[in-house]
Order: sequence, then structure tokens, then C-alpha cells
Amino acid sequence: MDFESYDVLVVGGGLAGIRAAIAAVEANPRARVGMVSKVYPMRSHTVSAEGGAAAALRPEDSYEKHAFDTVKGSDYLADQEVVEAFVREAPIEVIQMEHWGCPWSRDPDGKISARPFGGMTTWRTCFAADKTGFHMLHAVFQTSLKYDQITRHDEAFVTKLLVEDSRCVGVVALDIRSGRFDAITAKSVILATGGLGRIYAFTTNGNICTGDGMALAYRAGVGLKDMEMVQFHPTGLPFTGILITEAVRGEGGYLLNNQGERFLKRYVPNKMELGPRDIISRAMITEFEEGHGFDGPHGKYLHLDVRHLGEEVIDRKLPFMRELGREFVGIDIVKEPIPVRPVQHYMMGGVDADIAGATPMLGLYAAGEVANVGLNGANRLGSNSLSECLVFGAAAGRAATEYAASARPVTANPVDAMLWDEARRVESEFLEKKGGSERMGAIREEMQHEMDAGAGVFRTKEGLASLIERLGGLRERFGRIKVEDTSHTFNTEMTAAIELDFMLELSQTMAISALAREESRGAHARRDFPERDDEKFLKHTLAFRREGARPRLEYRDVHITRFQPQARSY
Amino acid sequence: MADKRITIRATRYDPEKDKAPRVQSYDIPFPDESMVVLDALNYIKSNVDGSLSYRWSCRMGICGSCGMMVNGTPKLTCNAFLRDYWPRSITVQPLNNFPIIRDLVIDMEDFMHKLKSIKPWIIRQQEIPLGAGAHYQTSEQIDDYRQFSECINCMLCYAACPVYGLNNEFLGPAATALARRYNLDSRDQGLKERLPVLGDAEGVWECSFVGECSVVCPKGVDPAKAIQQTKLDTTMRFVLPYGNRD
Repeated sequence: MDFESYDVLVVGGGLAGIRAAIAAVEANPRARVGMVSKVYPMRSHTVSAEGGAAAALRPEDSYEKHAFDTVKGSDYLADQEVVEAFVREAPIEVIQMEHWGCPWSRDPDGKISARPFGGMTTWRTCFAADKTGFHMLHAVFQTSLKYDQITRHDEAFVTKLLVEDSRCVGVVALDIRSGRFDAITAKSVILATGGLGRIYAFTTNGNICTGDGMALAYRAGVGLKDMEMVQFHPTGLPFTGILITEAVRGEGGYLLNNQGERFLKRYVPNKMELGPRDIISRAMITEFEEGHGFDGPHGKYLHLDVRHLGEEVIDRKLPFMRELGREFVGIDIVKEPIPVRPVQHYMMGGVDADIAGATPMLGLYAAGEVANVGLNGANRLGSNSLSECLVFGAAAGRAATEYAASARPVTANPVDAMLWDEARRVESEFLEKKGGSERMGAIREEMQHEMDAGAGVFRTKEGLASLIERLGGLRERFGRIKVEDTSHTFNTEMTAAIELDFMLELSQTMAISALAREESRGAHARRDFPERDDEKFLKHTLAFRREGARPRLEYRDVHITRFQPQARSY
Repeated sequence: MADKRITIRATRYDPEKDKAPRVQSYDIPFPDESMVVLDALNYIKSNVDGSLSYRWSCRMGICGSCGMMVNGTPKLTCNAFLRDYWPRSITVQPLNNFPIIRDLVIDMEDFMHKLKSIKPWIIRQQEIPLGAGAHYQTSEQIDDYRQFSECINCMLCYAACPVYGLNNEFLGPAATALARRYNLDSRDQGLKERLPVLGDAEGVWECSFVGECSVVCPKGVDPAKAIQQTKLDTTMRFVLPYGNRD
């Protein structure tokens, strides 16, 4: 049987994936690089990032300051040698993006500008107005088109990693348009599939953010690290969950409760609106509980007020926010405050990977939100993730290329059999399934609401235990789903079923990792264990899959170089 | 009005079963004034008919996936509000001028080739090494190309373009706007390399300046302006043989 074969195969076409593909080609111009994505690359969720990319470019900044802010922001769960490497590479990558055409906003002297951001002690967030992710993604994607060595497989959905003798040798991908399953082999594979926000009901994440890469690696036996660490962004629009960027506060916007009070003075008095996301989200929920929220048709909310900034600043620095307000809420943010409430936004947890993006499985790498390289710990600072995609995308691209140069070729025989088995599995589970009665949409919505309720901003033992039970029930009902669409052509009901299968698997690792972490650290806030416990939990959680049983957890020490854990106050 | 309802008439087409596209009607609840056409499609897919196929992701008007014809006009369905149509029914069709793959899903491979053909990347006669730092670029220089950099590749302009409807070889609005985006960038020196594609028989001269592309653009890009300006560039090429920026 014929199959495509590459030196390096990137799964995912967002910022990390494309950066990895270009790095692979630049590391070895003769390398054959494949990129497979379930959507056209410019649809990837990078496109929705707004506020900016952090890099210590300004003379008054330093690597050390950026590193310390990141480690403190992580509540000391970041691996510090990873952070130190990251802060050194981020400025180089921001300049690389500039050379590739990213329209960075500029200071009057024509240099790349920066804005303040939450948890950052100085202005280091480089930005392209308030559409930074959009501009970065289109710049890097369009730049990638000049490399003929990169072959794209657009709208192909990876359902399984090909593993031979404990080495990753490619993927099985469903060509969505034709319904055909293909084996795409490679000497090394880089996962860059992004986050899993769609496990929650109220999320900033797009429909495609279903944790595919995490589930693929987990099923292949790779551990998932710190899956209890989920970021809730303070400012989402009620109903849609559309992100209102932290840059709104960076530019001077106020968060107000129903008394018109800048309530953050009672929570983060030294940072106010520029506190880190975990703490501000908890402050907002506490305000709701104390009766200081507004009641709206879509639940409680607070006000984000930029009226005092004036129309000129808003139009220059936050034009997309004005557009979103006008188009999706029917308000003009120049004249009215924006209704906001905390919303699932980012997954700190992910595929266990090291500083070069290498996972414990030979030939398998991961970069971007899908990975946990140890940069973000228990709470990511806003604007570190776009830089993370660049730095660790490039690192994974280089490392995977180097590995591919010495790796032995992939042999056809076992691949054929694995392709056949996987195609049969998916078709029999989803396409040719008869007699199912459970509606997939209902199971998905229940999972999302259970996760909002049980694994949200605040967690408890009872809530998590009950969540685990309910997720088990949903998993069992999933076995009886009804798939109505029997077509092979662009069957999005089948792809949604595969995504839901992945999400049910991941939600269980999240709830079980959260139940076991009996402390509060960063975004993981346990009402029954309100203090951080460095004695027991200055450790990463690793979840491993067990067939027919709950995941097995292991713990691994955090790497500390120069910043000793201390109380985290702002 | 707790039991308000709305009718969605969606194009259905499965090439494995249907000879031609057909219309299917869905009468669904409309409980919330915030609902958009995309929410209606998602309601149908989750609760009524799981086989309805369409693309979507960000639902905030930036990923460009969910463009469809809504009552005959190309729209992003994520910000086409039901309240603006109700009590009329809403007809949702795949974008005009493209082959249909399935239901509301169009084939946009043609655009992907056109995008590459205009070389949408910074072209320099000599690359500046990374160590030399960033280029200087003032806000005024960004303003020169800013609007053309806002294109989200949603294909609404192609669906609105009568010339593209008649001749799919036409380079078309978005690709020309993106070429213009690079030609106007102070960091770029690639005009001369792009002009052969822009100025050839299927390039900008095909445009009859209907201007619908600019009307339907959800991001305020003015591809019609890009096309007219590019016509000038292709003319200048003959007047000034080395182009206007080297």
C-alpha cells in the first residue's frame, strides 16, 4: 500500500505547528516536512489571540525579570531552566516574526512597541493592535508558503499515532473531504494541536479546540502533565465566551463591581487590574458570591470599563474590542462598560515534554498549548503563550529534524496493518454503528456543564468526586451513541464523535489529577485545601492511561534553579 | 416570548446520494435574542439532524471559517443575528461561485493556490540577519497597508464577485488585497516579482469594478481599491521598467 512519508510530520497548523515546520526546513533544507491539520491553517485557534507576545526587548527589561515574573506567576510550578531558556529565545523569535512581516505596533521612533500585561512587572508584551494572534498566524502561514519542502494535508484529522517498537513513526489521518484513512509516516512527529477548551461549556476556545493531540499521546502511553491546571481568563463576554483581551486592562481599563468599586484593591492592591489571571478570576467569583455582581440574562457579570481611555486610544490600541462590543453585544465600548465574567481560556497541562519538546516516546515531540514543557506551571502569564508557540515550536522543529537525520526509515509492513486496524475501528465505532440511542450533542453538553461545575475556578473534594462519577456515566453512555451521518464526504458528525471520545478521556485525567492535588496552587484552587503545600506538592502530576481503569498518577519534582519558592502576593 | 421559533432553510447536498443540491427546512426554537445563524445551525446539528455539515470555529468573526449565503448575501454566520431576520425564514446556502463539497461546505482549494501565487511573504533583495534586529517601521508606514492586512480569507468577497462567478481563473479580490498588503509594506521589495501574476490576463484587469467585494467584507478591507491601485502599478511597470520600489 502507498503512503506519504516524511522526515518530520507536524500535526496541527497553528502558530507552534507552522513555526516548527519552518524550523525543520531551515535546520535541514533537504528535509521533507509534512503538516497535517484538521482545518486550513489560518483557521487555527491562534487566530483568536488578542493581547500580545511577551519578550524582554526593551533596555529597561531583563531576562531575569521576565523569568522571575513567569516563575512567580506559575506559583513556582514552572521548571526554571525551561523558563530561563524561554526568556532568552522570546526576543529573537519576536524579531524573526517581524522579519516575516508581522505588523507589530510601533513606538513613535519605529521600534516594536510593548504594553503592560497581567503579572508582568514591566512593559514587555509586544502586540499588533488587539489582533496579535491573527496577525502572527497569517504572517507565519503566508511565510510558510514559500517553502516548497513543506507539504500540507489540510482538513485531515489524525485519529491515531503509529507506534512501532515504542517509537512514533507517523499517524493515521482521516481525509475529511473523502472519508479515506491514510497512513502518513515520518521519522519524527510533532504534536501542535492546541488546547482543549471545548471540554467546558463556557470557554473562549473555538470549536476545534478539543485536545486531540493530548488524547493521541495519552492513548499511545505518554503521560499527561499537570492536567488539573486550567486557566480561567477574567474577562469573557457572557453567553458567547468571546475573549475580551487583558490588554484592555493593560491599557488602563478598570474592573468594577455593582457598587462601581474597583474591587481588586481588596485582592491585589499593588497590581490592581494587572494582577495575574488566576487571582483576578477568583476575586470575581468571590464578588459574585458576596452579591456584588450584576445579574444578566446569561448569568452574573462585572463591568470592564474603558470609557476614560477615550476614543482615540481605544481605536488605535483596541479596535477589535470596539468591533466585538458593537457586533456581538450591541454596545459601544467608548460609551458603555463591557459585561464580563471569568471564562475557561487555556490549558497549562498537556503532553509531557522537555525543553526541546521531546516527549518520553522516541520520535514524538510536542509544542504549544498541547504540550507541557514546564513553562507555565500552575498559572500562565498572559502573553507568554504566543511566545511559547514560537520558542518551543522552533525548538521542537529543530530537535525533531535532528532526530530524523539519524533515525532508521519506517517500514511499510506494520504500518499497513496498523492503518487497516485503525480505519476499521473508527468506521465500526462511529460510521457503521447501528442501534445507538444516545444523542451525541446531549452527552457533549452534559460533559461541558459538569466540567464547568466541578472543575472550574474553585474546586472541592465532593465536587471532583461527583464529577468523576458523572464523567464515568457519560463515558458509558457514549458507547451507545447514535451517529446519523453515514456519508464518507465531509462527515462532521463522525469527526465530532472522535473529538468527544478524546474529550471524555481527557476530562477524566483532569478531574482525577485535580482530586489528588490536595492544595491550592495557581489556577488550582481547592476550597478544602486553601493553602499551597510545597512539602507535598511542589511537584508535577503525571497521568498515565490504564485500560478499563482510572488513570495512574505519578509525581515528579519541579526543577528549581535560582528562584526559591516564596509566598506569592501581588 | 418563550416559544418563539424561526425557520432555517438549509442547502443539503451529499454527492454520494444527491444528484443536485436540495433544500431542507428546520423549524427551531429561538429563545434568546443573542442567537446568530451559526447557533441555529449548531442547534439543528445537536438536536435535530446530526448530518448537517458546515465549517465553523472561533464564533467571533476572526477565523474566517463560517462564511455562507444568508438570504442571498455572503455573511459570516457567527455574527448574522437571527433577530435581524425574524419572523422571516432564513435561507442558508453555501457561498456562491465555489464548488460544493457537501451541504454548506465549499471547495476553496482554488483560493489556496491563488494565495500562494501572489507570493504573500516579505521579499527582500538581501535578507537582514536576525542579529541586526527588527526593521524600523512607523505607524504611518503601517497605515499604508494596515487595512489590507486585515483579510481573514473568509471568501465572502469571492462569493460576491460577479467576475469570479463567470471566470474562476480571475485572481480575485482577497488575493489581490493581500498582494497589495505586501507591495505597500515598507519592509518589502517584492513588487516586481508579484506584478506578472497581478498584471496577467486573469489578473487585476479582469475586474470590472463592481465593488461588491468591498461591500461584503466583514473586516473593512477594500479589495476593490487594492485592485484599482494595482492596475496603476501594472501600468507604471511599463513606464518605469523597474517598478516603483527597489
